Amino acid sequence: MEIRPILSALMRSKVSMILIGVQVALTLAIVCNALFIIGQRLDRMDRPSGVNEADTFTFSSSGFGEGFDARAVMKSDLEVMRQIPGVASVATTNSVPMSDGGWGEGISLKPDQKTSTASTAFYLVNDSAVQTFGLNLIAGRDFKPEEVMDVKFGDRPQPKVIILTKALSEKMFPDGGALGKQVYLTGNEPSTVIGIVEGMQQPWMSSDEVEYSTLAPVYMTYGNASRYLVRAEPGRRDEVMKAVEQKLAEVNPSRIIGKLKGLQDYRADAYASDRAMAIILGTVIFALLAITALGIVGMASFWVAQRTRQIGTRRALGATKFDILRYFHTENFIITSLGLVLGAILAYAFSLWMMQAYQSPKLPWYYVPIGFLCLWALGQLAVLGPALRASRVPPAIATRSV
Amino acid sequence: MFSYYLQLGLHSLKRNPVLTALMVIGIGLGIAASMTTLTVLHLMGSDPIPWKSDKLHYVQLDNWDVNQPYYDDGRPPDQVTYRDAVALMEAGKADKQSAMYKLAMPVQPENPEIKPFRALGRVAYTDFFGMFEPPFRFGSPWGASEDASHARVIVLGKEINEKLFGGQDSVGKSVRLDGNDYRVVGVLGDWNLRFRYYDVTNGAFADPDEFFIPFTTAIDLKQRASGNNSCFSPSGDGWDAYLDSDCVWIQMWVQLDSAHGLEEYKSFLDNYVNEQKKLGRFQRPLNNRLLDVNGWMKDQEVVSRDMEVQTGLAFAFLIVCLVNTVGLLLAKFTRKAGEIGLRRALGASRRQVFGQYMIESGVVGLSGGLLGLALTGLGLIAVRALYSEYQTVAHLDWAMTFLTIALAIVAALLAGIYPTWRACRVQPAAQLKV
Repeated sequence: MEIRPILSALMRSKVSMILIGVQVALTLAIVCNALFIIGQRLDRMDRPSGVNEADTFTFSSSGFGEGFDARAVMKSDLEVMRQIPGVASVATTNSVPMSDGGWGEGISLKPDQKTSTASTAFYLVNDSAVQTFGLNLIAGRDFKPEEVMDVKFGDRPQPKVIILTKALSEKMFPDGGALGKQVYLTGNEPSTVIGIVEGMQQPWMSSDEVEYSTLAPVYMTYGNASRYLVRAEPGRRDEVMKAVEQKLAEVNPSRIIGKLKGLQDYRADAYASDRAMAIILGTVIFALLAITALGIVGMASFWVAQRTRQIGTRRALGATKFDILRYFHTENFIITSLGLVLGAILAYAFSLWMMQAYQSPKLPWYYVPIGFLCLWALGQLAVLGPALRASRVPPAIATRSV
Repeated sequence: MFSYYLQLGLHSLKRNPVLTALMVIGIGLGIAASMTTLTVLHLMGSDPIPWKSDKLHYVQLDNWDVNQPYYDDGRPPDQVTYRDAVALMEAGKADKQSAMYKLAMPVQPENPEIKPFRALGRVAYTDFFGMFEPPFRFGSPWGASEDASHARVIVLGKEINEKLFGGQDSVGKSVRLDGNDYRVVGVLGDWNLRFRYYDVTNGAFADPDEFFIPFTTAIDLKQRASGNNSCFSPSGDGWDAYLDSDCVWIQMWVQLDSAHGLEEYKSFLDNYVNEQKKLGRFQRPLNNRLLDVNGWMKDQEVVSRDMEVQTGLAFAFLIVCLVNTVGLLLAKFTRKAGEIGLRRALGASRRQVFGQYMIESGVVGLSGGLLGLALTGLGLIAVRALYSEYQTVAHLDWAMTFLTIALAIVAALLAGIYPTWRACRVQPAAQLKV
């Protein structure tokens, strides 16, 4: 190999070499960390909410005036909606996953426990909610219609029976057997666990305990406002949305039907900033790789132009086209490798800074080696054009003067 | 000479179009990335009320559970209880003070052609207007006497006045909210809040408040807050028990015009809490806070971490672009060694050669800046599309436009220093030999 002459040639244009090397180093450091962040965001966005999102939507209804009987309206609304063609199931709930608004509550094993065992989302729902949300009941049973309590807004709901998510039941009872056990929520009255669902996220996506949810059979109206959840037959959501909005306004005009919003849209909103971050970082990575590649092309072209005579001389002395090509590729490989070594250090330094400043997790080891391979490939590709041009320099050029 | 060098610079840009394009695109992309993120960061993080942000203070008292702090790191709750808010209002120890909370109410227009709708509003005391200074188009705020008499009065935002009264002067007219009539006393003009800094607990970038009614009136009518409410123990049953509970759901702001006043108010709060401790409340150690506007914004991380990371990455990207430009300029100027040698031989001083090539770098920077400005505009459009809540902070103003161009030129000049210095050192004799 011709490492020696390459090195001595490089030593003559140290600055250019350093510039390319630094570019490669920074690119590696940024790309590794940015890719890692993108990966984390995609993982977050991938979490299942546990509920049917495609066919469900929710909305609020708020009546006005003193004479409005929210409780009666709620019951008749449920009946009216069940009659609408395309409606698969209807329920009342105080909140839905990913909506960022809801009731958080401490859940304890004993009454008057000083610090609660866990924090849970408290979903106040009726007996058709498990079915409407499309929850997967993995143990126990659903609520019965007679178990749904009427609670005035401002009063404490102290449900006799509750359904927990699997994650919460395991947190409360690590040894298993949560079914039939008693826990304490808002007061000193025990609530018996009658069912366990596979999963149902809290409304708050940034919560550390996002999988801890509790369902309680409670009809609760907020002043004159209530919230409904509707599941349409597969593929008929939009059509059902229109029909529901029209029908409810018709049967009771002394109220405001809030915006009907699909659970899919709650997901889009809840993860909008994660999606934006992934897109922005992806764009930065792309632009960075492009700039670095162009920088290599520019510098290599310059070197080829500068060394035209030298190349001609080498060709005249018997070097093949392939030898010239190999010369430039090897040169690029050496520069890139030096840059990558520096870049690896920078990448870990960046990662350390992110860990300290933002409590982000550590950069997994495999990102850097993968980055090495990608940037080696990028460098070799970028240098290909100029190197081919160099290999086409005719040997006769050596004999010509300027 | 400057204009001649400028011409030479432009001419030289045209001579190597590919190299020039690479440099201009490089600088343009780097500048656009950093300016886009910087604009958002700057508007998000900048002082929302610079002339008095150090006088407005957010009151936090630690009435939380003795066994468990509100925040894991021990910071007190974001909001205060009803009883503490009312006690502080009645004491009236600050220069101005207002307890407030957010609520949503159905609006029932008299005009049958306008369908009833839900509006977001704020419940506050008269000092709210003196503290946060919203501009009035018609009328004025209600006064302390209306606060005292629990009057049914309302201040309308510009948009809702547009909707209900076609933008006319509606002072004296009546508006029906949730079955009760309120008399309009004032209508706001354009209130260009970049974000709602006085209630970050319920989202600094959430929808703006559309109306304002007196705190005392809303409590009379048992209007519950529609914003954040946190309780560490059950609040008991019914409205009175709720008002009496340790649930926090009210924001409390005070204006303290002097440093002395701030100290006095601090000791007043300490005394208040110590008195309450005697009643068995406030079992945690004394942990009052009186952060000013900017301190509170920082505490609540109004500038999101994502934005900071993005800005950091964008600047790292700009550095890569600059390193790239240094390399390309070096290549370009080295190629011109012959020309430089000729100029030097004909009598140009090093200083003149230096000037000429720095100007050429500046021209590259200017072109890159203009491209960067256009790309920044596109970048901000993209940010507005990606983050629907940042509509108010993703805008280019004159200061930022100027800064973009300036940054591009400075960046290009910096990138040009080393290549130009190299160019100056060209030995005329070496270049003129054939």
